[in-house]
Amino acid sequence: MRGQFPLKMAVGATAIMLLAAGCGGGADETEAADAVISIGIGEPQHLIPSNATESNGAEVLAALFSPLVDFDADNKPYLVAAESVESTDNKVWTIKLKDGYTFHNGEKVGADNYINAWNHAAYGPNGNGGSYFLERVEGYKDLQSKDPDGEGPQKAPDPAAKTLTGLKKVDELTFTVTLSEPFSGWRSVMGYTTFYPLPAAAWQSEGVLKEDFEQAPIGNGPFKMKGKWEHDAKIEVEAYDAFPGDKPKVGGVNYRIFQEQTAQYAELMGGGLDVVTQIPIENLASAPTDLGDRFKTSPNSVFQFVGFPTFQQDFAKVEVRKAISMAINREEITTSIFRGSQTPATSFVSPAVAGFRENSCGEACTYDPAKAKTAYEAAGGPKQIKITYNADGGHKAWVDATCNQLKANLGVDCVGTGEPKFADLLTKVEAKEPVGLIRLGWIMDYPLMENYLGPLYGTGGSSNYYGYSNPEFDALVKQGSAAPTQEEAIKLWQQAEDILARDMPVIPLRLGQNVFGHSERVKNVEVDKFQKVEILKIEATS
Amino acid sequence: MFRYFVRRLLQGVLTFFGATFIVYALMFANQSDPLQALAGERPLPENVRQALTERYHLDDPFILQYGHYMKGLLTGDFGISLTNRPIVEMMEQAWPVTIRLALFSIIIAVLVAVTAGIVSGIRRGGVFDTTTLVITLLLLSMPIVVLAPLAQLIFGMRLQWVPATAGADSGMFALVLPAFVLSSLVIATQLRVTRASVAENLRSDYVRTARAKGLANRRVIGVHVLRNSLIPVVTLIGVDLGNLMAGAIVTEGVFNIPGVGFMLVRGIRTEDGPLVVGFVSILVIVFLVVNLVVDLLYAVLDPRIRYA
Repeated sequence: MRGQFPLKMAVGATAIMLLAAGCGGGADETEAADAVISIGIGEPQHLIPSNATESNGAEVLAALFSPLVDFDADNKPYLVAAESVESTDNKVWTIKLKDGYTFHNGEKVGADNYINAWNHAAYGPNGNGGSYFLERVEGYKDLQSKDPDGEGPQKAPDPAAKTLTGLKKVDELTFTVTLSEPFSGWRSVMGYTTFYPLPAAAWQSEGVLKEDFEQAPIGNGPFKMKGKWEHDAKIEVEAYDAFPGDKPKVGGVNYRIFQEQTAQYAELMGGGLDVVTQIPIENLASAPTDLGDRFKTSPNSVFQFVGFPTFQQDFAKVEVRKAISMAINREEITTSIFRGSQTPATSFVSPAVAGFRENSCGEACTYDPAKAKTAYEAAGGPKQIKITYNADGGHKAWVDATCNQLKANLGVDCVGTGEPKFADLLTKVEAKEPVGLIRLGWIMDYPLMENYLGPLYGTGGSSNYYGYSNPEFDALVKQGSAAPTQEEAIKLWQQAEDILARDMPVIPLRLGQNVFGHSERVKNVEVDKFQKVEILKIEATS
Repeated sequence: MFRYFVRRLLQGVLTFFGATFIVYALMFANQSDPLQALAGERPLPENVRQALTERYHLDDPFILQYGHYMKGLLTGDFGISLTNRPIVEMMEQAWPVTIRLALFSIIIAVLVAVTAGIVSGIRRGGVFDTTTLVITLLLLSMPIVVLAPLAQLIFGMRLQWVPATAGADSGMFALVLPAFVLSSLVIATQLRVTRASVAENLRSDYVRTARAKGLANRRVIGVHVLRNSLIPVVTLIGVDLGNLMAGAIVTEGVFNIPGVGFMLVRGIRTEDGPLVVGFVSILVIVFLVVNLVVDLLYAVLDPRIRYA
C-alpha cells in the first residue's frame, strides 16, 4: 500500500491539467473573400484622426477612414475621397468631394464634416497632436493661446477664435482652404491622418467631441468598427458594404494589440497571427529561415542621423564635422548590427519623398578613413568625442560600434553616453550641456522633401534640437514651398539640400526599412512608407 | 483572536498609506517629463503640452499633486492615466487577468510541488527523489527572463503545442504555458520545503505511535504527516504570492497578457505616476490580506498556535 496515496494525487493533478487543456483553441474555416485576417499592432494612443500621430492609431484609422488623397509608388498624391483638388495660386485650394461616400452610420459625407473636424483639430485647447498640420491655414494663430506666465498657476486665456477663417463651405460637396502663404505641397499634406472627416454623430455639441467617440470611431472608409476598441486586447473591423471606393479583398481585420514586438513575432511563428509589420531586431537573425519567402522588406521613411550641437565649440568647424562623417563605415554597421534591416544613408532626406537624390551628401558621406584622419588633424578636431543617445531605444550597439570606428580611424577617444530616456536627452541639450553628438531620428508626416528640410534643419524647426540655422537655407525652403509647381519646388528644395551638404549640420547614418513577415493564410502583403499595411491589397489564401 | 485581527488591520492601514506615499514620491522624483515620454521621440506641439499639463496638474508642486491624488483615492477615484483612460477601468481589466494567471500558477505549483515533495519525502534517496532534486536545482538557477522566452520558443513557436502568446480574453489553454513558467518560480522551494517537512515528520514520535496503533499507511501519511507538514508550505504559498507578482511583470510581457505586471511596466516606462501608484496600492492590499489570511490559517492547521 505504501505510496498509493501520492500516486492518486499525481493522477488527479494530471486529470486537471488535461481538463484545462481541453477548453480553448479551434479555428474556423471561411471563404477567402470573407476571411478575417489578423494584424499585430501596439496599443494605439488615440483613435481620433487629429490626435493619432503615432503609427498604431494611424494603422487602424487607415482602415476606418478614406483619405482625400493617397500616394502612389512615386510618392505623388492621387485622389481618393476627393473628386478634385485645385488651386490657381497655391493659396486658395478648392476641394470637391466625390458623391456617394457615406459614414458607417449612413450619414452622407459632405464639406461640413471636413470643416468641423479640421476646426476641432486646430483648436489649441483640444490638445490634438496633429494640430500643427493646420498651421498653414489662415486663422490658425487665433485658435491658439499661450499661458501668460509660462507655467501655472495662471491659466491660459481662451483663444480669440474657435474656427479657422481659412475654411469655407461652397456647397454640400465643395469647400475651400485658404492658406496664409502659398504652398505648392498642400495637396500632399492633406493625405495625412489629421485630415479625415468626422460625422455629425461624433459631436456632443458644437466643437466638442463625444467622450467615447474614439472607443468606436465612425469613419468613411472601407472598414467599419465591429464592437468597441478593447484596450490592450484587440480592435476588430469588418468590411463596410456601402463603401463606394475600391473594395477590400478580405471580410475583416482583427488588429491584435501587443505590448512587445517579440511577443508579436512569437505569435506569428506560433500560427496565431497573420501579419507582423516590424520584426524585432532580436529575431532578425532567424526570421529569414523561419519565414522563407514570407519574410519581406520594403523602404519606409525613417531617417537616422546624429546632430552636431551648435553650442559646442568643438564641432564649430565644418571640416571637423565632415571628417567625423567620413570616418564612419555605414555599410558595416547596417550589415553587422542591423542585419540589413536598415540601409546606409548618403543624403539628408529619405528616398520616400519625390526629389530624393542618391548621395547628395557627396564626399562627406563616403567612407574614407585615411582622408578623414588627415582632414581631422588638419582642422584640429577635439581629442574626445561623445555620442549621447537614449538608452531605452536599443541604440547602444550601433553607437558603440560607431565609437569604435571613430577611435580606430581618427585616433580619438570616443564614448557613447546613454541617457535613460529621450526626454532626458532633450533636457540636457536644452540646458546646453556638452553632450557631444546627439542621436536622432525622423519619420515623415507627408511625403515631401519639405517635411524633412523644415523640421530637421530649418531655423526653429520642431526637431532641430541642435540649433542649426542658415538664413540662405531657410529662404530656399520657403521659396520651394511657395513655388507654383511641384517640379519647381523640388528644384529649390534640392538646392537647399546642397547647402546642407556644405554645412554638414548632421551626419546622415541610416535609412529605415520595413522588415515584415506574414503567415501562410495571407498573400499580397505590402507595408507602405508610413509603416502601415496596405489594407486594400491584402488577401487571404483560400 | 479578535484583538489580534483588529491590530493587524490597523497596521495594514498605516502600511497602505506609507507605501503609496513612498511609491508616489519615488515616481515623482523619477519623473523627467512624462508628456515627452508619452510622445516618444516626436516633438511635442506646444498646444498639446499646454492642454495635457492642465489636465493632469503637472505644473503643481509635489505635495499638491499628491493631495489631488489621495483625495481621489479615498473617494474611490483612482484618477486618469496619462493614456487618458480611467485607471479604475484599467484595473477592472487587468486584475482579473492576473488573478486568473496567479491562481492557475499557484494550483499548478502546489499540485506539483506537494505531490512530488511528499513522494520525495517518503522515498528519500530513491531515483525519483534524486531526479526531482536535480530538476529543482535547475529551476532555482534559471531566471524567469530566460525561462519565459525559452519556453515560448520551444512549446509555442517550434512545437506549437500551445499558443505562443495569450492575450486578454484567452481561454485556460492559452494560459497553460505562462502559468507553468510562472509556477516554476515557486515550485522548487515549495517542493523542497514539503520534502524536508514530510521527511522530518515521518521520524516523529506521533507517527511511530500511529503506526504502532496499527493505522493504515494512507491514514498515517494523509492525516498525521500531511497536516503537520503543510504548515510551512502554507506560509510559503503566502509569501510566494509576492514572487508570482514580481514574476508576472516578465511573464505577462513575454506572453502578452494585459494584466497587472503589464500595466506596471507600461506605467513605469511612460512615467505615469497615478497608474503605477494605483496598481501598487492594490498590490499592497493584496499582500496585507494574504499575509493576514496565512497567519490566521496557522491557527486552523495547528491548534497549538493561538493569537491573543
